[in-house]
Amino acid sequence: MRAFGYIPVREPAEAVRAVRRAPGAAFIAGGTDLLNLMRDGAQRHEHLVDINRLDLASITDSTRGLRIGGLARMRQVAEHRSVRENFPVLAEALEASASPQVRNMATIGGNLLQRTRCGYFRDAASPCNKRTPGSGCPALEGWNRGHAVLGGSEHCIAVHPSDLAVALLALDAVVHLLGPDGPRHVPMDGFHLRPGQAPHVDTVLRPAELITAVEVPRRTTAVRSRYLKLRDRATFEFAVVSVAAVLELRGDRVRDVRLAFGGIATTPWRSPEAEAVLRGAPLTVDAIERAGRALVREAVPRRHNGFKVALVQRALVELLSGLGGLR
Amino acid sequence: MPDPSRPARAYTRRTVLKSAAVTTAGTALSPAVALAGATAPSVIAPGESAEIALSVNGREHVLTVEPRVTLLDALRERLGLTGTKKGCDRGECGACTVLVDGERVKACLTLAVMRQGSDITTVEGLADGDRLHPVQEAFIRHDAFQCGACTSGQVMSAVACIREGHAGTEAEIREWMSGNLCRCACYQNIVTAVADAAREVGR
Ligand SMILES: Cc1cc2nc3c(=O)[nH]c(=O)nc-3n(C[C@H](O)[C@H](O)[C@H](O)COP(=O)(O)OP(=O)(O)OC[C@H]3O[C@@H](n4cnc5c(N)ncnc54)[C@H](O)[C@@H]3O)c2cc1C
Ligand code: SF4
Ligand code: FES
Ligand code: FES
Repeated sequence: MRAFGYIPVREPAEAVRAVRRAPGAAFIAGGTDLLNLMRDGAQRHEHLVDINRLDLASITDSTRGLRIGGLARMRQVAEHRSVRENFPVLAEALEASASPQVRNMATIGGNLLQRTRCGYFRDAASPCNKRTPGSGCPALEGWNRGHAVLGGSEHCIAVHPSDLAVALLALDAVVHLLGPDGPRHVPMDGFHLRPGQAPHVDTVLRPAELITAVEVPRRTTAVRSRYLKLRDRATFEFAVVSVAAVLELRGDRVRDVRLAFGGIATTPWRSPEAEAVLRGAPLTVDAIERAGRALVREAVPRRHNGFKVALVQRALVELLSGLGGLR
Repeated sequence: MPDPSRPARAYTRRTVLKSAAVTTAGTALSPAVALAGATAPSVIAPGESAEIALSVNGREHVLTVEPRVTLLDALRERLGLTGTKKGCDRGECGACTVLVDGERVKACLTLAVMRQGSDITTVEGLADGDRLHPVQEAFIRHDAFQCGACTSGQVMSAVACIREGHAGTEAEIREWMSGNLCRCACYQNIVTAVADAAREVGR
């Protein structure tokens, strides 16, 4: 790893100022993604601002919802009583992520900002538009089994790897930020950006902005929610395909449903088209299959990842028929 | 706010050399001296080193490191605690698992400077004198290793896994020990050892 300076901070505003002023600075939280990126030469920083001492790790539960501090650890959130009782999809997505050791270290803010696992991106010797804008995208014609079938562009088709983000998207969560110009908040739906012409920009985060919290609005419907993650091995692996669903039934009809997907798209992927097929309709396997077809209507499969188109539709049937008591 | 270009307590190579003459890197100091350094981590300029205090297995150590030194390298290369192994150096194998403030973490994914003021336990700190920890004994009893490269990480992870209450069934142990890979594929014996140790600890 190249040498860098170290700046420990105690206050959020101090952290923001430090990253704004120190050249080539980044926040370091758990370090579980950043240090690998720096070791691999995929990212370089002259200074790391250590935010682990900021008082932003608590989780508070109110009638409005759940407020999760940006520095809460993955394990801490997964173990939280209200998360398990009222937002099971969130606990499930977290417990299906990484390993127990990583979940003890990794934070909620850092998780949302983790970078793609595209092998070309992580290999500093390879061209990659996301790492080195304008250098090209070898994944388009190369090894793209893990890549996106939705939301890509001719500049990048890398998948955003976070499981947590998929669950938060299905829960209509909101990300709270503190920047040099003060606080603001951004809905999860829109927080991550599709690559378009600028694949090096992953999110709407502005320079030196700090994730202070994530807010999950309370909805009774979230009690019936679940996360299904399909991987190449039983555990401790990133998703090939994943589905987060929040379902509310009235009798046998779908009163409301929110669906988000991982592994298939360049961002955590919400599908209004699939939701529209189901909303108000009786929940049947046939209806779920129609929703699945709506989800993948615009899919652009590549040489090695075409299987994801069928797999995600089957995953949706599996998840929703279980959640809706069809089986 | 600290101005990074003018660190509040920066160490030039000269002061590092001077202080190294007084306190050799890795020497155990009296807790009082070390704790003074531990409570207030300071700014370190790029390319420079600083003295930090780490509490490992109940002893305070003062060592001189650059910010880029991982906890794993600090333990192995600076403190000579080579029980903690380096497998992948990227969070994927678990060989470097240690306990920080009682929780299992991967020492290759964290910086030594970030762990000032924490209590670190490595495999060297598990035994009580000559009496091995029940998890260590169970690993021996069940022949839960072959080459041993993953073993200290497995043992540290198992200690935490049991303490967390995640060692109830074989399936649960497999899931909650999944952050520790074994190239020799001793998984069955590892699972048996963890289950056995969990019963022992629970007694
Ligand atoms: C072996 C392994 C397996 C993994 N498997 C999975 C998996 O299955 N599913 C999954 O979802 N993830 C997985 N991960 C990724 C892991 O979840 C992320 O590395 C972790 O969540 C990042 O959090 P962190 O606190 O360590 O972030 P860091 O590494 O400290 O930071 C990551 C980025 O976020 C920035 N940052 C951190 N906190 C803030 C903040 N509060 N405000 C603004 N910027 C911030 C940093 O500057 C950096 O750019 C895995 C990681 C490893 C090492
Ligand atoms: S898919 Fe994106 S991240 Fe991967 S090589 Fe292409 S540009 Fe880089
Ligand atoms: S050496 Fe740290 S996980 Fe492999
Ligand atoms: S005993 Fe050889 S790697 Fe596990």
